[in-house]
Amino acid sequence: MQLLLGKGITKQFGGLTALYNIDFHINEGEIVGLIGPNGAGKTTLFNILSGAYPLSAGTTWFKGENISRLKPNEICRRGIARTFQLIKLFGNMTVYENVLLASLFGASESVSAEEAGRHALEWLDFVGISAAAAAPAADLTLANQKRLEVARGLATRPELMLLDELMAGLNPAEVAEAMKLVTRIRDRGITIFMIEHVMKAIMDISDRIIVLHFGTKIAEGTPKEIAAHPKVIEVYLGV
Amino acid sequence: MARDLTTAKKFLPLGIHLFLFLLMAAVPLWAQPYFVILLNTILMYVILTLSWAIFSGPTRYISLASAAFFGIGVYTMAILGQRFPLPLVIGFGGAFSFILALFMGFLTLRLKGMYFIIFTFGTSELIRHLILWLEANFTGTVGRWVVMVDYSVVYYVLLVIFLLALLTAFAIARSKFGLALKGIGEYEEAALHIGINVTTLKTITFATSAFFMGAAGAIMATRWSYIDPAIAFNPLFSFMPVLMAIFGGIGNPYGPVLGAALFALLEEVLTTRFPYYYMLLFGMILIAVILFLPSGLLGLVKRKSKQPE
Repeated sequence: MQLLLGKGITKQFGGLTALYNIDFHINEGEIVGLIGPNGAGKTTLFNILSGAYPLSAGTTWFKGENISRLKPNEICRRGIARTFQLIKLFGNMTVYENVLLASLFGASESVSAEEAGRHALEWLDFVGISAAAAAPAADLTLANQKRLEVARGLATRPELMLLDELMAGLNPAEVAEAMKLVTRIRDRGITIFMIEHVMKAIMDISDRIIVLHFGTKIAEGTPKEIAAHPKVIEVYLGV
Repeated sequence: MARDLTTAKKFLPLGIHLFLFLLMAAVPLWAQPYFVILLNTILMYVILTLSWAIFSGPTRYISLASAAFFGIGVYTMAILGQRFPLPLVIGFGGAFSFILALFMGFLTLRLKGMYFIIFTFGTSELIRHLILWLEANFTGTVGRWVVMVDYSVVYYVLLVIFLLALLTAFAIARSKFGLALKGIGEYEEAALHIGINVTTLKTITFATSAFFMGAAGAIMATRWSYIDPAIAFNPLFSFMPVLMAIFGGIGNPYGPVLGAALFALLEEVLTTRFPYYYMLLFGMILIAVILFLPSGLLGLVKRKSKQPE
């Protein structure tokens, strides 16, 4: 079943066309990778899906509902969570409070304080940072700050998670951990759409990959198909 | 247990608050009029600073519109004071400020940082000049006479407004909305993306803080007996709460209360004891506090209480 559907997605910043006429869909339960060279428009697409930017043209649907004109908080409550390329945590609040806030406000229906607290601790445990629950978020290592952002997103009870360069800046051991985390999230029944530059990671865990280049979609397919796609090879290797 | 995981501030026991309020309520029974009138000024600043901090404390949006909300309250009393009973007019003063703040919130809360500060200040000045112009062109006056109210009545009204503002501040600080406001101050974009309706929350909190300022303006108007736009919308009412809150510390409701009370008292002592040097001394003390106590008097209290460990 199609969870997310985008048709004719176009975004202009003044005279610059960041995204042009992109059609794509995400099926329920998939891990879909989004790759492309710097400036291809990947994060712009995420910003459109999460409601941070309004569309210039085109439409997005989530579970059959048109979400093109919704604000980020409304989109979050409908079940799309995201992380950010440059981490955006509540630095002076504790790790627990970061997730608690998401748990209190992110769900479509209101939850009691006790339930939100329990829920927050569960997700901290899930990403493996519950030991640091009382520490200020700004004190965590980069890898743990990224886990915290994931936990905060998960605490909003999403059906679709947008991960923006989860693995950037991590060492090989941390990348392996992060890959495991992504598959574990999917095993919880949460669909994943992720931007990634670490090719090994994206090739290993994606069911499908979408390639952007200069704001247009140039390829889409299984990791195998993408690796052999002449256009993708041209864009990445310049041959 | 979850409490230990949060940055939420500990509050003093209810009993201590109750005792302090009873003590304050008893003041007019024994004190000289001068002392009660001095307390009125202090309470006015305490209310302004506390309500300013309800919104600006957690969100870090520095509002310079307090004078507008205070002034609206003053004018509400000047215009309606003779027609309606006192409590009703004070309620009106708060309500009009609340509505003005809702309107201003929708206009200005999209702005951030310096732009927000300038815009709130500009709007406040605009309202002052608008009323001056309206009065000159339509009612043909500059100022207005205000009904007189006994100073001890003013005192009790201010005390009640203070109590309500304090209860509101505590209620917000302890609720999930208080945590959300803090989140907005930390990283607004992230707050928006985890489902917090940032615009609505900011606007309603801004308006709530304006309510108490308007109510305080309405009762203070009776003390001056004559008001004009320059008195009612004096920009000092916008600047003082910011300075007083910084002086006291913004972390929790005690800071602004403490800051405003000591600041106002200090001003009174300095003006009466050192009429010629008062501004100089005042400035020096302020600079010293900002330099050496970055988290205000509250920070000093915290440092002291941590030392024995």
